[in-house]
Amino acid sequence: MIVLSRLPSWQRRSRLIGLISDLISRPSGAVGLFLICLHLGLAIGGPWIAPYDFKAISTKALLQGPSLAHLLGTDHLGRDILSRTLLGGREAILVTSLATPLAMMWGGLVGIYFGLVGGRVDDVLMRVVDAFLSLPWILKMLVIIVTFGTGIGILIPTLAFFYGIPVIRVARAATHDVVARDFIQAAKARGHRTLTIIWREIMPNVRDALLVEGAMRWSWMLLAFSSLSFLGFGVSPPNPDWGLMISDARGFMSFAPVGVIAPVIALSTLIIGINLTADALAKALGLDRTQKAPV
Amino acid sequence: MTGLDTDHRCVLSVGNLSVGFSDREKQIRPILRNIDFRIHAGETVGIVGESGSGKSTFALAMMGYLKAGLHRVDGRVTVNGCDMFVALPQALERIRGRQVALVPQNPAQALTPSLTIGAHIREALRLHSDLVGEAIDRRAIELLAQVRLPHPDILLARYPHELSGGQQQRVAIAMALAGAPDILVLDEPTTGLDVTTQAHILMLLRELARERSMAMIYVSHDLGAIAQVAERIVVMYAGEIVLDGPTRSVLRSPHHPYAKGLLASIPRFSAASRPLPLHGRPPAPGQAGSACGFVGRCPLETEQCRTQRPDFVALSANEASRCHHISRLAEWPETRKTEAVLRDHGAAQEILKIDALSVTYARPSLIDQIRGRPSRAPKTVDDITLSLRRGEALGLVGESGSGKSTILKALAGLVPMEAQQAVLDGSQDLTRRLELRRPEELRRVQIIFQNPDESLNPRQTIFDILAQPLMLYFGLTGSDLRARCEALLEQVRLGAHYLDRFPGQLSGGEKQRVAIARAFAAEPDLVLCDEITSALDVSVQAAVLDLIETLRREKNTTIVFVSHDLAVVRSVADKIAVLYQGRLCEMGPVADVYASPSHPYTQALLGATLEPDPDLHPTLLALDVTEAGPPPKGCVFQNRCHKKLSGRCDEEIPAWALSDMQHQTRCHLIA
Repeated sequence: MIVLSRLPSWQRRSRLIGLISDLISRPSGAVGLFLICLHLGLAIGGPWIAPYDFKAISTKALLQGPSLAHLLGTDHLGRDILSRTLLGGREAILVTSLATPLAMMWGGLVGIYFGLVGGRVDDVLMRVVDAFLSLPWILKMLVIIVTFGTGIGILIPTLAFFYGIPVIRVARAATHDVVARDFIQAAKARGHRTLTIIWREIMPNVRDALLVEGAMRWSWMLLAFSSLSFLGFGVSPPNPDWGLMISDARGFMSFAPVGVIAPVIALSTLIIGINLTADALAKALGLDRTQKAPV
Repeated sequence: MTGLDTDHRCVLSVGNLSVGFSDREKQIRPILRNIDFRIHAGETVGIVGESGSGKSTFALAMMGYLKAGLHRVDGRVTVNGCDMFVALPQALERIRGRQVALVPQNPAQALTPSLTIGAHIREALRLHSDLVGEAIDRRAIELLAQVRLPHPDILLARYPHELSGGQQQRVAIAMALAGAPDILVLDEPTTGLDVTTQAHILMLLRELARERSMAMIYVSHDLGAIAQVAERIVVMYAGEIVLDGPTRSVLRSPHHPYAKGLLASIPRFSAASRPLPLHGRPPAPGQAGSACGFVGRCPLETEQCRTQRPDFVALSANEASRCHHISRLAEWPETRKTEAVLRDHGAAQEILKIDALSVTYARPSLIDQIRGRPSRAPKTVDDITLSLRRGEALGLVGESGSGKSTILKALAGLVPMEAQQAVLDGSQDLTRRLELRRPEELRRVQIIFQNPDESLNPRQTIFDILAQPLMLYFGLTGSDLRARCEALLEQVRLGAHYLDRFPGQLSGGEKQRVAIARAFAAEPDLVLCDEITSALDVSVQAAVLDLIETLRREKNTTIVFVSHDLAVVRSVADKIAVLYQGRLCEMGPVADVYASPSHPYTQALLGATLEPDPDLHPTLLALDVTEAGPPPKGCVFQNRCHKKLSGRCDEEIPAWALSDMQHQTRCHLIA
């Protein structure tokens, strides 16, 4: 970011606009961005679009199929599935879109530091990172959540912490590519402080890789959050959530499949959208090795 | 010269060949334009051009091959009557290797690391000859012997990494010879090799061409190398052949402005004068339009040159040129500065004093570590003693692996070193590690790296790059900072409009100027230049050397200039120090050392240096072997020396011998 902010405004804008127009010009980028924007729009505007109150229970209409009154039918408590699906991504999107930048920031900075400084500290701490990575993520998170509770205030730092650990690896590898180059040697020879070297010399060069990595982390985090909800550790009822909805409706799947299918489609379109965008972003930034684009 | 066995059969002809790529707007951008070229059996032709001139594309096109994305727009390539771009793949398979063979630029990359040398050569023989069974093995040994490799039978079982660069190149040549081709295309075969190795490879090529009456096409940016092997030289510029003529004529009286400028820009090792830079830059590949490609850089330019592309006109039976103004070439400005670069620094104060500097990369074994003893492996760099006066320039020369760059990095504090004394300006201790040096001390020593693509951060603007030392050492901010950056750019002859560009938008020479500006921004006392011109084209190199010289004179800065190119060092340095395996061999004023080198290694280095002159041939003194490290005792050069005194040179390290006041040599033969 440091470089962008130092450019004259016209150039700063044109680079951002250039990147976005490049994204849109690629089919994967256009579809991906559309899906992400659609979901963000629904998450924000959901309460005004939803035809029913998501909490409204109707004992007369339990587990109904799609009808004109309830376009996607009702669940086992008679709540409108459409309304619940439209609102079901709010908490997941809020939590993950806050936790992703946090994860990228701490994981990225630690990774860059390890990559630059290297030596014994790096050797030892990377083994700690390996140890963390070898444990199943769901186990680690359940331990924290069971101990401290499931509020947003717990979930965001927990997700950010655990999802920042693999980022360390990515940032460290990207830094290793840069550190070997002469401009880092030149900066060291001038006597800059390590933080200045990280911020001014390395950061602009690994930023693109981290951006793409961040997009991928976001989609994995969404899946993780939905899985936690599915297991009952994420969003607490009666608030709607895709993972929770799938969990609730799976017992009735044989005769009321919409209850599972609707949140699944919602969740997967968002994740596909993020993945497509990340893919297009990598190509637009020239990080895709198969394209042989200059990095 | 080799006219005896030359029959005048044309083996390869290129007719009006144009090659290009399609850009985003589906417009065809030409890389090669209207190439006409013929080569006869037994003839050796050199194709010379700078980066982006299309010479490598041309070399590959002669094999009937174009890189992905390129396509033939027009014209044809005919090898022994067969059109290479129309031929069926099966036919091409028989032509490539058996009629035309290619020796690629980088043998280390051309050989598969997991296959033995024998496997490489046998594969080439299976594909390109009709031999079977044991005959293949016999022929493989013959081929290795033919390229003068020692012990071919043992070599067959070796892997590429066990061979030196020169030996790898010989293997690549042997592979190309496997199919007994009529034409051998060599793409920069000696670039990246040491001077002594290069001279040996060139001699081999000359002999091979004579023995086998093979046509040879030698593609290179180095006119010095081409002058040694070629009978005819083809000069390429911006995708065109601009001059085609006999070697002697092209080198002595070139009938094209670009060739004239190029020759003037090459530093000569035989003359103590600075080369003359060619200003401007060639059009980017594919950007040449309907004008003459040399427009903007040519002193003879007229309106006609800007509107009409000159034709390729025959000047005589064997010479042709592409210029509107051949008759006006006599008006070309004086080609060389005759002033000597010698300066007298005798009265200046001594600024750098180094006594017994050593650097070791080897880590001591565990036992030695526990006992607190240093490693017993030979040191990478050892016993370097030298001193420099303010404003002096020291040239540090030697082959790759001689420790030149290590010494620079040690002085810059990037590599830990030991020394009895390493003092800058009487007070500053250079043995201190980087982290322990004060900002003021750091400011006084600046380093410029070899490749500006590596040393400039691609994600910073030129302003950001120049601002780093200014903010760090002088605390400049705001408009002061910007004004100072502009002034720095002016100093290196770049306009202020470069400030907001990224390095990727600059040419190689411009990037190196920025790197120089960044080093001089700190107003240093000592500037360390690490092969700063070896990544640049010759015509640009001259301008960078000129710039360094001017800045040194203006600011009275002391310079340590590391280079493998002795001619470059001659044009900038006052003093020269010759290094072999991290040890000094000879040291003295440039003029003295070049005129009368006394150490056998210096003699070998100077003898192997090539000049773009058909009458100056290299003399090969030292053996072409590559050593992994210095010998455990005795003179460092003993294994390659042609004058070695056994019992003396392999026992004791020679002492310094003074042949006059400053010229000193470390050799038993002198003392």
